[in-house]
Formats: sequence, C-alpha cells, structure tokens
Amino acid sequence: MAKNDLIGGSIWEEYSQKVQDLMNNPRNKGELTEEDAKKLGGKLIVADYGAESCGDAVRLYWIVDPKTDRILDAKFKSFGCGTAIASSDTMVELCKGKTVDEAVKITNIDVEKAMRDHPDVPAVPPQKMHCSVMAYDVIKKAASIYKGVDMDSFEDEIIVCECARVSLSTIKEVIKLNDLKTVEEITDYTKAGAFCKSCIRPGGHEEREYYLVDILEETRKEMEQERMKEAADASSEGKELAFNDMTTVQKIKTIEKVIDENIRQFLVMDGGNLEIIDVKENGAYTDVYIRYLGACAGCASSTTGTLFAIENTLKEKLDENIRVLPI
Amino acid sequence: MRVYLDNNATTMVDPKVKEAMDPFFCEIYGNPNSLHDFGTATHPHLRKAMDQLYAGINAADEDDIVITSCATESNNWVIKSVYFDLIENGEKNHVITTEVEHPSVLAAFKWLEKRGVNVTYLPVNSEGIVEAHTVRDFITDKTALVSIMWANNETGMIFPVEEIANICAQKGVLFHTDAVQAIGKVKVDVQKVKVDYLSFSAHKFHGPKGVGGLYIRSKKELSPLLNGGEQMRGLRSGTLNVPGIVGMGQAMELASYYLEFENDKVRKLRDKLEDALLEIPDTFVVGSKEKRTPNTILISVRGVEGEAMLWDLNRAGIAASTGSACASEDLEANPVMEAIGAEADLAHTAVRLSLSRFTTEEEIDYTIKEFKKAVERLRSISSSYAYKPQQV
Repeated sequence: MAKNDLIGGSIWEEYSQKVQDLMNNPRNKGELTEEDAKKLGGKLIVADYGAESCGDAVRLYWIVDPKTDRILDAKFKSFGCGTAIASSDTMVELCKGKTVDEAVKITNIDVEKAMRDHPDVPAVPPQKMHCSVMAYDVIKKAASIYKGVDMDSFEDEIIVCECARVSLSTIKEVIKLNDLKTVEEITDYTKAGAFCKSCIRPGGHEEREYYLVDILEETRKEMEQERMKEAADASSEGKELAFNDMTTVQKIKTIEKVIDENIRQFLVMDGGNLEIIDVKENGAYTDVYIRYLGACAGCASSTTGTLFAIENTLKEKLDENIRVLPI
Repeated sequence: MRVYLDNNATTMVDPKVKEAMDPFFCEIYGNPNSLHDFGTATHPHLRKAMDQLYAGINAADEDDIVITSCATESNNWVIKSVYFDLIENGEKNHVITTEVEHPSVLAAFKWLEKRGVNVTYLPVNSEGIVEAHTVRDFITDKTALVSIMWANNETGMIFPVEEIANICAQKGVLFHTDAVQAIGKVKVDVQKVKVDYLSFSAHKFHGPKGVGGLYIRSKKELSPLLNGGEQMRGLRSGTLNVPGIVGMGQAMELASYYLEFENDKVRKLRDKLEDALLEIPDTFVVGSKEKRTPNTILISVRGVEGEAMLWDLNRAGIAASTGSACASEDLEANPVMEAIGAEADLAHTAVRLSLSRFTTEEEIDYTIKEFKKAVERLRSISSSYAYKPQQV
C-alpha cells in the first residue's frame, strides 16, 4: 500500500492506446466461408475456444493452403470484453501469412507485446492477461483441427500459469534453487500467478490441472525427502555432515554423543547427571530440552554456569543456533 | 450528449442540497460541541436536519438516528457490535443474511465467520429475492441477527422486509436492513416495517458523499465502535459533519417530496427504456417491473459481454455499470446473476441502468438509440452470432 494504491484506478485507464483502438475498430473481425476458401484454393478451418458462461469465447477462421500449410486468410469472432476483442484481433493479424507450424509458436505473450504502445509498459492490466491466453489457445485448436492431432501435442511442457507461460519444471526448479516457502515468493520469482490468479489455488476463475499451492507443498516435501536421503547416505558412508543438514534423529544422536564425550563425566563426578527430553526445530534455532538428575537437580549453578557450559559446548561443537532449555 | 444512468452507484447532489450546505463551510463553521456562539449557532440547523431525517423514515422521537460516515460504516457497526454484544460472550453463535447483500455486509459477515460464527447465506429465487418464510426456517435459539437488504443494488428488486421484520420480532431476533437502495425510491417507514436497525447513505439520494446514518430502534442500542469525544451521546464519537448532516437532512426531505414523482415520472421513463431495449431480440431483464425500485434495470444482452457493452456506451457518453466478469479484479461473473440461477451463458452479460429524478426523456431516447447501436456492433463481432459451418 502506498499513495498511488489508496484511491483505486479504473482498469480502463491501463489499456494501451493500441488496445483501445482495436477494441473500437478490430481489423479482422468477421467470418470466412467455404466459398471464400474455394476462391483462395484453400481449406477452411473453424476453431472455437472458451465458453460464454466463463466470460469469454472466441472463434477463429483460417483458410490454409493445403500444399504449403500457409494461412492465406484469417478472421475471428469473439464474445468477450474489449481486451478479448483486441487480443483476438492481434492474434489473427499475427497468424496471417504464417504456416500452421509457425502460427502455433505464437504465444499469448507475443499477442500482448504486439499491443503495447511502449515496449516496457504492459498493454493491459494483470487480470486481463487472461484474455490473450484465449487468443493463444484458439490457434492451437485450429492447428489441431487442421492436422488432425490432439491440442496438447503442440505443448512440449506442462504449463501451470497460462498468463505468464510458466512451466511446471520451471516452478519446481525455482522453488528448489531458492528455497521458496510461499506462493507469493513463487509469483515474485516467476510471475506465475500474478495475472488472472486462476493457477494459485482451486476456486479461481478457471479450473486448472495444477495449482501453485499444491506444487509448493509437493516440492517442499520432495526437498525434505532429498535432504533426509542425503543425510542418511552421508552418515552410512561415514561422511561428516553439517549439523543443519542432519535429520532430527541424527541431530539428537549427535547432541547425545557430544554430551557423553564432553559433559556427562563432569556432572557424574559431582553426583549428578542429565537426560535429553526433546529436541525441537524452532525457526532458525534448535532447542534442546534437558532435565537434570541427581545432585544437579536443584544445584544453583544448573541454571547459570553449568547451563552456559553445556550450551557453549554444543554451540562450539555443533551449531551456533543451539539453545539449551532445562525443564 | 452525456447521460448518467448509474444512479445506484451514486447520484448528483441536488442543487438545493448544495445551497443548504453552503453556509456551513465559511460562515457557520463552529464545532457543535463548543460552548461559544460559533458552536451553538449550528444547533438549530442540526436539529432541523435531524427532524428531516426522522420524518423521512417516520422514526419515533425515542428512537436514534446516529449519523455515520457512510452505509458501509453503518452496516459494519451493526454486524460487529452484535458480535461483541451477543456472540463473543457465547450467548449466541448464528446470524442470517442473503447471498446478494452489498459487499460491506458480506465482508463484515466473513469477518464474523473467521471468528467462528455460523453465518447462513440465504439463496434468492429466480427473481432475485429471498422469500420471508425461508428466514423463519433458519432462525434458531442461537440466532443473534438477521441482516437483509430492503432493495437490491443490482436488480432493484424489493425484498419482503415487512414480513421478515415481523418474523424476527416474533422470534425475538434482531433485524437489520440495508436500505441504501430504497430511500428516495420507495416509501421507507420504520413504524410500518419493524426493523431494529436500518442503514442509509446520503449520496444515494442526491445528498453529499461521506455522510450516512444508522437508525436504531429504542432500547436496541449497540456498543459503539468509535470511541472518543462522546458525540452522538457516545454512540458514535467524532466531530459532527455539520454540512454533511444539513445536506443529508435536506436531501431526505426532498427524497420524500419526490417519492410520488419517482414512482410516476421516473418509473415511466424507466419502463419506456426497458420496453424499448427488450425489443432487441435475445434480451432479458431480471425481475418484474412492479417488484423493483422504479429506477433500475438489470438487462442481459445475449452474445454481448457486459464490460464490452459499457465500453461502447461510455464512448457514446452514457454511464452504466456491471458487476460482471472482466470489470472486476477476480474475473468473477455477476454474483446476483449467479445467485438467481441465470442461464450460464448470460452470467457475464448483465448491464445495469439506473435512472434518477434528473433523467430526462431526451436522455432516454438517446440511450435507446445508442444502446441498440452498441448491441449491433458487438453482436457483429460476437461468436454467438457467427457463421458455423458443418465441421468435417
């Protein structure tokens, strides 16, 4: 929140001049018929995408030269808001003259960029990126009809966020490399989820196959398993392992070992002892809960000098962020 | 030509209201709480304004009309104070509202839900209203509050508040109504309709923005949300908005005065517009004319998305509104259209036109012409009206 956010703007103010002009006068609106196809010596393809019940639907007409696969003419019809009309129109403009194989490479991002007035200023506000995705999907639909193949065959990767075109593999990689813990962080790093927000969690504008919340949870689980596996492998191979990379069981064993080797003998000499009750991860800290036994219980030094000695030994031998808490 | 048909969003301040407010900026500007003459000079004017407000909704002298900053404040006050007074202590744990309330009511109830309160959201029928008997069915001995609007902002549909109020009184449950869209459009009489609380806002009936009110029936007092200098007898602290209160009083008096005009002249213009637009094939209006506030039309135009329609109307200088899909941040369909169970294909096509007593016949004629042009243009682009060959 800041000065510019407090008084809400109108999304219409965020449309580029090009978007506005295309909304008012789309160049490629209309239909193509079998007759038109015959005249040009091509094949008519009509593809539908979306549904009026979802707020946008687009129909794409192509006449394709069957010998060269080149798109000889294209038009569209669209049920949707102005940006859907402008995006569809731009998409058709980009299709014309290309081969079908070239056309399926046009993405929603190409469509949006083509509508910018200035290369660095988005043509539409974030929630309207969704409209350009429709334009992109309908191309794939048309190409799949023309080639008699499945739409998914044009997609090499699983796309989680259609608006920003971010793939599942990218999102998982970014989570792992940067140790991301929240969906907001994923959006900051990848832009996934920044636009229509459908891919963040179920219940948004559009039903999705993958949601960021699930991907995050799953990837965190994978990371945890990988870490445990590495730790287990390392210890079975007898390798030294940093305290922080250990599993909880390994941490407890290690703490136990340090206490046995460095501390317990001094307590026993004075007729006392201690037992480890629990070890808990507490944010950046590892909290070690201990109970004094024998003469140590009730000894004045057990909460001062002795305690500091135990904690300092663990800190020195294992990790700076260990805290010892007597109960 | 500029035509304002978005009077359910806000209205023009009546010039007579502006005139009544004018002296309270540079001449009679004292703080009503002060002891000196600058302060006390405001008192007769404030008393007159309160008389106008009480008369406007036929409130009894022993009832309170507390001045707030807007209906959002009034709605939040009732809902949250009922929570603090009756629910937080465990006495009650349930409230009832509808699916089609204003966001200031729905969001306040969401706030209660987060605190563990059971909230029943009553569905509406195909005309967009809640039937009174459904309220009776859902009241339990744990119900603290029923909050149901007097008239809906999107459809203009008038709810059976009199019956609901009687049911609540009978069951001993508090009843609040958001009457923001009713005042100035239909008769609002709290002697006839036994509500406990009623919210309103000046800018919806040709008064200024930033001032509203909450009617509180005698002995149904609420804990205050704003603590401070004990203004409004401690119910709502904060220096009195003298020009606002004077303006709202004047606006209320005019609203009552023009009620007949609204029901006759505004209704006739509305009906003329509605009948003309329904001549366009494949158009639908929600709710029957008689059951609506006389100024409102929620019309669906098959094959034309609502925001696209607004865009074309705006280019022609006409202001209308939509709660549909693309105009809002979350791309959701118009909630009222969903709630009434409208055909799915129409959920994103709703456009609201709302008139006022300042709307002229010339403006309506112009709107009819421009609306038809916009539909023609957008349907020529629309995939719903497109050539679809037999696919091989």
